[in-house]
Amino acid sequence: MRFAAIGCFLLALTACERERRDLRPSPAKVVVFGDAAIQSQILPGGGAPRASVTNPFQGNAYAISEGQRLFGWYNCTGCHANGGGAIGPPLIKDHWIYGNEPANLFDTIVKGRPNGMPSWGAKIPEYQIWQLVTYIRSMNNLEPRSATPERLDTIEQSSRTILPKSEGEPR
Amino acid sequence: MTWGRMPSCAPVANRRWPGESGTRPKLATCATMLFSLASAFGQQSSLAPGGTHASQIKSLGVFFFWLLGIIFLIVIAIAVASIFQRGQSTQDEAAQRRLKTAIAGASVLTILILFGLVVVSVGVGKEISAPGGRGNELVVEVTGNQWWWFVRYLNDDPTRIVVTANELHIPVGRPVLIRGLSNDVIHSFWVPGLQGKRDLIPSRVTTQWIETNEPGRYRGQCAEFCGLQHAHMALWTVAEPESQFQQWIGTQLRPGAAPSDDLQQRGQEVFLSHACVLCHSIQGTTANGQVGPDLTHFGSRLSIAAGTLPNNKGNLAGWIADPQNIKPGTRMATVPLDPTDMQPLLEYLESLQ
Repeated sequence: MRFAAIGCFLLALTACERERRDLRPSPAKVVVFGDAAIQSQILPGGGAPRASVTNPFQGNAYAISEGQRLFGWYNCTGCHANGGGAIGPPLIKDHWIYGNEPANLFDTIVKGRPNGMPSWGAKIPEYQIWQLVTYIRSMNNLEPRSATPERLDTIEQSSRTILPKSEGEPR
Repeated sequence: MTWGRMPSCAPVANRRWPGESGTRPKLATCATMLFSLASAFGQQSSLAPGGTHASQIKSLGVFFFWLLGIIFLIVIAIAVASIFQRGQSTQDEAAQRRLKTAIAGASVLTILILFGLVVVSVGVGKEISAPGGRGNELVVEVTGNQWWWFVRYLNDDPTRIVVTANELHIPVGRPVLIRGLSNDVIHSFWVPGLQGKRDLIPSRVTTQWIETNEPGRYRGQCAEFCGLQHAHMALWTVAEPESQFQQWIGTQLRPGAAPSDDLQQRGQEVFLSHACVLCHSIQGTTANGQVGPDLTHFGSRLSIAAGTLPNNKGNLAGWIADPQNIKPGTRMATVPLDPTDMQPLLEYLESLQ
């Protein structure tokens, strides 16, 4: 009985990171990560070690819910609808032109992309861009299952939306 | 980041509200402290009613207090008396009968009094919730947000709709219909000096009539727990004579003041080129964010951060530099600014009269 209780307590500890709320983000200026998000395998001059960029909110449920709120507030929905895509491409898919790693998504939001994606770097504080990145990844089941909420009922599956398989299913 | 730390101390130093007794003696005695406490209470108290509805609620409360207080004292007196009469026998028949009559009488009396109180209370409840319009009412939409109030003065003519935040201006002697809405969770609109509480419920409209006969400032407060910063979700109701009110409406209808000097010009550039514009709007500029308070006439507001701090440059600097320090969890973003951009931004925002 006692061991079961201690076991439950220890299991509960694992949930701490999931809900950690960073209410006082660093006011650091936006950093555009030079070549961290390069897609091409061909590197001129032989290539140098790349800067490793990590998402500070990886697996954080609070950041995902904040990202979800900002996704509406900053009118991402205007082009991408609730992730299913509208006049802009869907954000739930397997094939990403500019990559779906956190650094790639960050770069896409900061710099913008050709054919319509505006550059948000000057307008959205860096920590909120990371929250958006975490939310977008969570829609694609790229964040830990424990932190990912159910998809919104409002997400429409268009013909271009390819829902990724959830964990456990054969890929 | 020392620039972020410095102004964030300012709000603590300047918490005095406009309208509070301005001259605070240097040798603050207990008595004067209590006095200022009482005046602060007066601005948000159902014991200091400023309107017909609130005085009815107060009369009801006072009636309940005295009636039930007297009954309480009588019951305690009987209980104390019975302790001292322990020696008396209750075995004989006459005493038994007396006791039974007394208990039956007290029970009937209790039921009658409680029933009477229900009738009185329901009567007052009906009166304060009755439509108060006489054809000249003002209709104001109040929308609860985490954690601020969106206020919109409705008008049949769309060009005469006025939008503001965390501040409700009402004319004295004219009924005002509050249409309550909510954008996220359940809030409750409560200006104790004017009316009772009315919940604001998402995807519903609740209504409340308020009317005041005394010019003055009445502080309101969200009265339904709505998340982290529920306690810092206040609004000021400013009751003013009709002419002054019309003047205020006239001012609010104008677009935001154009920058009048280089510093303010730079401030406007800072505002329009940073994250501010994604949430806030200033009429007459390209800033058209719809999810935060409208800042078109920010400089004329009494408070910042929904009644959290009096509106002045020092407090505003602290709020912009580090909102999470003043209101942890607030949806106001921490926007990185160059140190040299802060002063122009403050000058510009405070110039928006």
